[in-house]
Parts: sequence; structure tokens; C-alpha cells
Amino acid sequence: MSAVPESTSPPAHLRRRSIGRRKATDLTVKIFSWIGAWFGIIAMGFLVYEVVIRGAVAWNWAFFTQSTPQDVTSTQGGFANAIVGTIVITGVAALMAIPTGFLGGVYLAEFGRNGRVATAVRMIANVVMGVPSIIVGVFAFAVLVKPLQHYSGFAGSVALAFIMLPVMARTTEDILNLVPNELRESGLAMGAARWKVTLGVICKAARGGLITGATLAIVRVAGETAPLLFTALSSPYWMTGLFGPSGFFGGPVANLTKTIYDFSASPYPHFQTLAWGGALLIIVAVLGMNILVRLLFQRGKEW
Amino acid sequence: MSTVDLEVAPSPSGPRGAAIAAPRGHKLRLGDPLFRVLATVCGITVAVAMFGLAGVLVYNSWPAITTLGTKMLTTVAWSPTQGEYGALAALAGTALSTIVAMVIAVPLALVIALLLVELVHPAVSRVVGTAIEMLAAIPSIVYGMVGLFVIVPYIQDHLVPWVLSTPLGNVPGIKPGLQFQGGGLSIFTAGVVLAFMVLPFITAVSRDVLKMVPQVTKEAGYGMGSTTWEVMHKISMRYANSGIVGAVFIGLGRALGETMAVAYLIGSVYTDLPRSIFDPGTSIASLIANQFSEATRTLDLSALIALGLILFLITVLFQILAQAWLRRVQRATGGRA
Repeated sequence: MSAVPESTSPPAHLRRRSIGRRKATDLTVKIFSWIGAWFGIIAMGFLVYEVVIRGAVAWNWAFFTQSTPQDVTSTQGGFANAIVGTIVITGVAALMAIPTGFLGGVYLAEFGRNGRVATAVRMIANVVMGVPSIIVGVFAFAVLVKPLQHYSGFAGSVALAFIMLPVMARTTEDILNLVPNELRESGLAMGAARWKVTLGVICKAARGGLITGATLAIVRVAGETAPLLFTALSSPYWMTGLFGPSGFFGGPVANLTKTIYDFSASPYPHFQTLAWGGALLIIVAVLGMNILVRLLFQRGKEW
Repeated sequence: MSTVDLEVAPSPSGPRGAAIAAPRGHKLRLGDPLFRVLATVCGITVAVAMFGLAGVLVYNSWPAITTLGTKMLTTVAWSPTQGEYGALAALAGTALSTIVAMVIAVPLALVIALLLVELVHPAVSRVVGTAIEMLAAIPSIVYGMVGLFVIVPYIQDHLVPWVLSTPLGNVPGIKPGLQFQGGGLSIFTAGVVLAFMVLPFITAVSRDVLKMVPQVTKEAGYGMGSTTWEVMHKISMRYANSGIVGAVFIGLGRALGETMAVAYLIGSVYTDLPRSIFDPGTSIASLIANQFSEATRTLDLSALIALGLILFLITVLFQILAQAWLRRVQRATGGRA
């Protein structure tokens, strides 16, 4: 790295090796890289293939319209109540976390910047993103389930919102930082208020990226299982209303991931098939949304 | 209180604007501080949430901490019915499965990242890169299921018998221990699946870091007559070294706390230290997941939450190390590494 000697002879460690050996090493590494990359791609293809093959069998009208079977000998039933439950739980989580996280990101990018508070918030947000999701589940259990003496879909939503919040804040910040400063300056020079510039100019310019970020944050938590294990639990019934033992706030709410976990661990073939159907649904939804936002808002990424 | 301060504050500077646009001025002046306060509150919420989480964990594990003290960290077995609340078996399982995962994932991630940056056409690189990012989006429960139904039988029927028939089978750490159940549900299987779960993260970050290596530097290497590998090894890797270490830390943090896939695969033996990677065991996260619903007494629950606190502290420590490391790197390279 430091000063290169002015001699014409190359350093000793380069002189000693023959060109043949160097080329052989080079080729070996290249071959290993290719094998490694193919290994990765094949592993992913294999994963998706297994889920599709095993899950497609379960997909029929009943899967999307009937609730989960309660009788182990039954060959009826579907995942409809779990699908609805996951959508509601994730939706409520998004309602809590997306606006808060977005504004938090605005704070980091527009107001806090490199100040001491913002730096601390940024660092803490990064740390929170690395906290295992099961810990967040334990937290929601301790706050909302243990004192109230009953499981609830809302506790699940809070856990998911907790996971989403730092992700949303940091994504928003990163995307807003990509917007050129000239846009801010010209907005302010026009005499517009700061909040109008932020929301009407900067966020508008970055909306593709913001929507992508929010969607990916939602999709990411929609597939979470661990935070729901002791919060939303699962239920063979439909969620009805808000309160009461089968309501969103009042009792366990069926959801895809926990139901998949329970069913896949059960010894009954029909339950296992349903679990694969659920896994396929999650993969289709998650990968589908990922591809969709990438296609729609690819421009947003380039900002 | 700060709300009041901020709402009043703009008025001294008011007259200048008011002289030009008196009718609209008032509305604007209220909107700005309000927006600022709202955003600041939301930003601080993110930080407060973390302290709330830590506080709740400590508060709820307090009964266990006061009753059991350091016994949790010095006893092996987790068996609440016999009054044993040891975390060592779970800690060992967590560490071993993470090590297995990193040993597989890090080299693989590095060769893939090198390939994406140096060897293939940019278009191919983009497609493969996207495919690998997709791998990261697949929920852990799907990895767990595929692991349980597809990989476990393969490892149990083919890989483990083969490994044990070779001289490797007598090496300590590979030689089956007392709890050996065929090797299908084992720390090794959990580690393999974990490897595939953290692979995309390490690959993606390493790729981004390697991309930051200035083209001129690499071209200088080629100009000196270096082969591709020599440029990668002696220039790119050295340049991107610290960034890659950061990437590994991030992957490590994920592997440590992964719950569902491990809960499916690690075999759930709570009472003994694993003697071999093919032994079943447990990890902290999967122990919590599996035992939580069975915790009936206050102490059981509190001890489980204390386990959660231990895991929380370990991951926070790793995250802070990773953050500090990456910040140091950023300062050293003067850019976004």
C-alpha cells in the first residue's frame, strides 16, 4: 500500500510463481464461483419447486373459502379464516407503523440529519432491526396478553408494527436522502413552507421508492411467524367483530403463518397438505409483491 | 412543553414575512413547527420503543433473575418440571448452529458476490442478484417446512451415514454423542438451512461493497498483468475487507435469533449439551418458541422471558459491534462502504 520501490524487478512474491500456476489458480476460483452461484440459484429454484409441487395440490375452491378444519379426520376445510386474519393483523400493523415510521424517517432525513439525537435514533433503529422477531413477540405478550389474560389479534398487530417501525423509518430516510438537495432549496426559495416542500416536493419526487419501501416492509412482516406465536395465537374460527372471545381485540385470531406451523407439525396428511398450500400462498404473495413493486417502481430505486 | 415553545418561537421573525404576505402568513407559521414536532416525536418513538422493549423484558424476567440468579448461566438443562432452568444447552446450540451456518454461508456468499461483480455480464448479474434478493424475502417458516420435509430425510438417510462411514466420523464434534437420533433433526441440519437464510444478506451486502471498489484501481491491477483472481484477492477483497466483515456480522445477528426454521429442525433436546454437530439440541429462540405455551407457573414464564433477555442482549451486542465497525470503515474510506 505504501511507497512502491523504484526498482525494475517485481516484488519477490510475484516473481516466484509461474504464469501457468497463476492461471490455474484463477481458473479454479472461477469454477468455484460458478459452482457456488449455481448452487445458490438451484437451491432457490428447488425451494420454490418443492413448495409449488406440494402446495398446488391443496389449492382448490375450499382452500380459499372454508375455514380451517377442527376435526383431524376431516378432509374438508381450507385456510380462508387464516388468510383473512393475516390480512387484518398485518393491515392494522401497517396502519400503526407506516405513518409513524414514515414521519420518523422524515425527521431523520429532513430535521435531525446529523444532530446528536438523530444519530442516536438512527443507531437505535438499526439495532432494533436486528432484534430477533421472537423477542418482539415476547414483548407484545408481556404488554398486551399477560395483563389482559387473553390472546388477541391486536397484540399480534402491535408486535408486527414494532418490527415494521424501524424498517420503515430507515427506508424512508435512505430514500429521502437520495432526493437532490436542489429540489429542497428551490422549493424553499419559492417561499413554500418546510412541510409543504417536504410532503409536496421531496416525497412526491421520491414516491416510487417510498411506496416500494412501505410495500416491502408490509410484505416482510406478513410472513413472520415468531411474533404471532404467543400473541395472535391461532384459531379454527372466523374472526367476528372487534371484542368478545372471537374478536380482533378479544381473542386468538387465525393467521396463515401460525396455522401453517401447527398444521405442518401435525401427523395428519390432510393437515400437512393444507400447510403446504398455505406456504405456497405465502411464497406467491411475497415474491409476487416483490416482483410487482420492482417492476412498477424500478425508477424509484434509481433516485 | 416543547410544543408550546416551538409554536411561539417563529413569531419574532414574523414581521419580515408578515409585511409581504400578511393574510397567509399565520397559517404557514403554525404548520411548520407542528410538522416538525410531529416528525420529531415519531422519530424519537423509534428509539423509545427499543428502551420500552428492554424495560419490559427486564421487568418481566425479574422474578427469575432474583430467584435463580446466575444459576441460569451455569446449569445446562432446561427442565422446569424438575426445577432446572439452565440456559447452557440452548446457548451451546445457538452458537454451534450459527457457526455451522456461517462456515457454509460466508465462503459461498463471497464467491457469488465476486462472480456477480467481476465475472458475469452486468445484465446476468442483475438477474442473478435479484433472484438472490428474492431468496431473502421468503419467510422463515417456508425454509423450516422445506427443511423438515425435504432436507431432513436426505441428511438422515444419505449424508450422515456417509460421513460417519469415513474417517471423519471419529473426529470429536462429528462423532455422534449420547443424544444422537440419526442426524436428521440436528444442529447440523439447522445450520445448513440457516446458511441458506443468511446467504442472501451476506451476498447482497458484499456485492454492494465490492462494487464500490474504484474501477481505476482494478484496471491498474489488470494493467500490471494480474489474473482476475489476483485482482479480486489482492485488490477488491482488501479494499472491501471491512465492509465484508460488517456484512458477516449482520448475517451472524440474523442466524443467532432465527426462530422458526431452527424450531423445526434442531431436534428440541433441552437437557444435554450437544457433543456433535449431528446431535439434536436447541437454541434460545426455538426453546422460547416451543416452551412458551407450556409455561404455566410464574417462574417458568419469567425464566423464559429471561432467556429472551439474554438473546436480546447478545443480538444487541452484535448489532452495536457491527454498527461501530461499519461506522469506522465509513470514516476510514470517506464514503459509503
